[in-house]
Amino acid sequence: MEDRELINEFLIESGENLNRLETEIVDLEQRPKDPALLASIFRTIHTIKGTCGFLSFGNLENVTHIAENILSQLRNGERSLTPQLTSLVLEMMDAIRKELASIEATSLESGETYDDLRARLTRTCNEIRPEISVMAPSPADHAGPGKATVTEAEESAPRMHQIVPTASELRPPAAVAIELVEAGQACAVSVSPPNKVSEEISVDPPAVGANTAEAEKQTATKASIADSTIRVDVGLLDKLMNLVGELVLARNQILQFSSKQDDGTLNATAQRLNLITTQLQEGVMKTRMQPIGVVWNKLPRVVRDLAASCGKQIQLDMDGAETELDKSIIEAIKDPLTHIVRNCCDHGIETPETRMQAGKSGQGRLLLRAYHEGGQVNIEIIDDGGGINITRVKQKAVERGLLRPEQAEQMTDREAANLVFLPGLSTAKEVTSISGRGVGMDVVKTNIEKIGGVVDLTSRPGDGTTVKIKIPLTLAIIPGLVVSSGGERFIIPQVSLLELLRVEGEAVQKQIERIHGAPVYRRRGSLLPIAFLNEVLRLPDSASESDVLNIVVLQAENRQFGLVVDDINDTQEIVVKPLSKQLKGMTSYAGATIMGDGKVALILDVLGIGQLSGVLSESLEHTRTDDSRHEMAHEERQTFLLFRAGSFERIAVPLSLVARLEEFPASRIERAGGKLVVQYRERILQLTPLAPALGAGPCELTDPAQVIVFAEGDRMAGLVVDQILDIHDEAIHIGSAGSQPRLTGSAVLGGKVTDFIDLPAVLRTTDEAWGSGVAPKHHTSTPVLVADASAFSRGQIRNYLEISGYPVVEASGPQEALAKLGHHPVGAVVVSLPPTGAKELLEEMRRMPSLKSIPVITVSGDDTGENDGRFDARVDRFDRGGLLRSLERLSEALNEEGVSAELASVGGQE
Amino acid sequence: MTTHQAGIAEPTPSMLDSRQYSTFTVGDLFFGIEVLDVQEVLRHLEMTSVPLAPSVIEGLINLRGQIVTALDMRTRLGLPQRTEYETSMNMVVRSEDGAVSLLVDEIGDVIEVQSDAFESTPDNLPAEQRELIRGIYKLDGRLLLVLSADRVLQIAATS
Repeated sequence: MEDRELINEFLIESGENLNRLETEIVDLEQRPKDPALLASIFRTIHTIKGTCGFLSFGNLENVTHIAENILSQLRNGERSLTPQLTSLVLEMMDAIRKELASIEATSLESGETYDDLRARLTRTCNEIRPEISVMAPSPADHAGPGKATVTEAEESAPRMHQIVPTASELRPPAAVAIELVEAGQACAVSVSPPNKVSEEISVDPPAVGANTAEAEKQTATKASIADSTIRVDVGLLDKLMNLVGELVLARNQILQFSSKQDDGTLNATAQRLNLITTQLQEGVMKTRMQPIGVVWNKLPRVVRDLAASCGKQIQLDMDGAETELDKSIIEAIKDPLTHIVRNCCDHGIETPETRMQAGKSGQGRLLLRAYHEGGQVNIEIIDDGGGINITRVKQKAVERGLLRPEQAEQMTDREAANLVFLPGLSTAKEVTSISGRGVGMDVVKTNIEKIGGVVDLTSRPGDGTTVKIKIPLTLAIIPGLVVSSGGERFIIPQVSLLELLRVEGEAVQKQIERIHGAPVYRRRGSLLPIAFLNEVLRLPDSASESDVLNIVVLQAENRQFGLVVDDINDTQEIVVKPLSKQLKGMTSYAGATIMGDGKVALILDVLGIGQLSGVLSESLEHTRTDDSRHEMAHEERQTFLLFRAGSFERIAVPLSLVARLEEFPASRIERAGGKLVVQYRERILQLTPLAPALGAGPCELTDPAQVIVFAEGDRMAGLVVDQILDIHDEAIHIGSAGSQPRLTGSAVLGGKVTDFIDLPAVLRTTDEAWGSGVAPKHHTSTPVLVADASAFSRGQIRNYLEISGYPVVEASGPQEALAKLGHHPVGAVVVSLPPTGAKELLEEMRRMPSLKSIPVITVSGDDTGENDGRFDARVDRFDRGGLLRSLERLSEALNEEGVSAELASVGGQE
Repeated sequence: MTTHQAGIAEPTPSMLDSRQYSTFTVGDLFFGIEVLDVQEVLRHLEMTSVPLAPSVIEGLINLRGQIVTALDMRTRLGLPQRTEYETSMNMVVRSEDGAVSLLVDEIGDVIEVQSDAFESTPDNLPAEQRELIRGIYKLDGRLLLVLSADRVLQIAATS
């Protein structure tokens, strides 16, 4: 039993020593002449060796012994550090680790003798004068029995004579004396505690001569630190943490109870309890805190080995290694962090040649930074390598079917860089022995998100990549917002919380709109998808008739959504308890907690809730392809007239449709047949107030009334708006399909969400003849088929056509277009289906006898190639005049042709 | 299994092949769980339901600061639901990952049975009950069904 304890102590200590040694040796490469560093390394390895001897781990002792010899040569300045030497020492350390692991598992050495390693070590050692093996007789040599030690003793025996004078030259006699005395003690007492050895070892470094005093000072401070700290079992700390968690709950209960009582003493005591509990909680949490350096310490070795094997030069800098984190989090980020660093070294930083060519210094730089910010810890991994090849990533994503080509085009570079976190996106070309050892970047992301963290990646092509990880300080006790929905209480973790909105009265109807049934809220000019918590969780609708809406704005995976709850109560510190095995699989909850009243409440998993409700789709693919909800318009540049009407702050119509802008004094506006009219250019101009037509407010006329005049052939119509805002010339990036009958959709224009009205539909509210296809000017009433993948864009084209009297049939793809062509008599087709849809449709149509003669107009900017002549016409997307002229020309031609075609078919029948 | 017996009572030759069971009823079925698997028996406790969870998960209870999942045995056994007026009792059983409460109708005595009264489960029981029952003890006038707590707890919720 005692032995076991001793061995455990040895394992812990040696583990720590090895960790330190690793860092120090890599450091030594940077500062090969630092005597303090050398002394420290020597001391460490000597300690390990000494302890091995005590515990009769002969193999281990042998290996360390030769390494110690080499190090002592270094220390004495007899050889200088070469990368090969460092590698050899590191290899030796790996061997020690392996032995330690074996000892931990079986209490025995692995049995391997490391002959090869020892041979190489010895060879290296003997490269220089063999007599400078400065092995003073250490206790290990005496205490360690076994054949190995004997041979070793024989080996060193002849050297001893020569050493003595050398040693006495080097060391103050006192030091040697002490060492010898202590060694003697160690010999006499067969089992001496290992700290005895370390004491003895710490006397050793003064031997270095010049910096005796300094080293002594070091030893002194070290001893005092050792005296003031004790080792505590992590299990005990965990237990303590749990108990504090319980105490926090009990405190909450007492506080809740005392607040209802009128007892001064009770209240005072409760407050005191509150204070003490908080302090205790902080204190216990601190005991579990570890500096992030614990994880980082492993990285210099990783980076060094990687750099060496890839033929790169990498300098690793660390900033903020003292930043503290909860132990459980430290454990959790270890692997992801290592993986990211590996990736940076392997893929990020280029070879010296490439770097030189790019005008950078040959040595790459990898910076690790950690700092606290707003109750969270930020960890940044910054490299100055080549950055992520956005095009390649996109290309890969498209190849793997994770992304559609047009989505890839739409993506910002930042979005594209973050594609590397998608599962299945391995840039296979680059897989080496270093990266791709199981943990992919997707696993990195999942692991970090599992502990409530966020990971984000930015890449500056040619300049490097920054991975930023944000993680909470602790997982056990978190602040949370208590909400209720459907009669149940839930907790929302504060980390995911952005803001709370309260919408009252009329605004509820006005500001919550539905796009294909999916509710959205207008928040400061942008659309926020919302979900009703009771609907998501299938709870009863308890507050249905209330005219107040509480929206909790949440963020998950860099996307935001609103969650409607019945009530928002307050924020509380809650103790997170895991759910039982039976409930683990539920994505909607992150855990549970016990509330102040002793009841259990569930903690919502914001990401899971978002996915369940559909406001956050499970993958990027989903967000982008859900055609019914969001549609991407193609990059379209056009001039728009912006105005305001009723509750619609920003409405746009293409300027090309507008004939004139007029102001009419209220006195000139008359009523005729229940409609507003004005005498205008010796005609009667019918006015359509826009606000009531959109159901966005009563018919209130400003004085003077702002009127937009539209012309259709020789007819005119006026649209009354509240205010003309601006004219905007811009490419539209994103458009979503209309949710209301008289809107074609909305898009971001000038940085704000703008609605686009369905002009013919609006004007038809006062003049049924508008765009209904019986417009007097056009004798054709056969509809035009508009095939366009984007509903938004389709709406715009329909606007032009209907306003000019063409009925319109819409289709979103080639197949749908063909189906519709089969059912409707269509006079012409306007197609915009990038990249190949337009050609597909054309080819299909040309193949079918019944559709062969229908003219097809394509909209330019869609196909990369030139108009190959097969299309009957090609117009600019927003060239309304051009489109109409082409249609007119083609339909005339068609009419003539149609007659001949009919004749032909009659002929065919005969 | 028999080693569990040590220390409960003075071992007599006949007790070595006898076992103690905590008994309870669900519907008209009489069940027993090995007494050492039972942590405690409690009256009805206030419960927090878990929306979207499988129907067998009745909710979560606060058991002196521990959050314990409660499973409804009626649902688990495919029996009709309790009416409004029937209350349930909590039979808290130990499992590999913490305690789980089984909601049963009535709690009975702890009884001792002889191993020679044991028989394996008849084949004609409904499948959903059969898989949860380890075997049957023939007692005077009634049959004791031995519930396999492990299998009862084998439900996974996904959403």
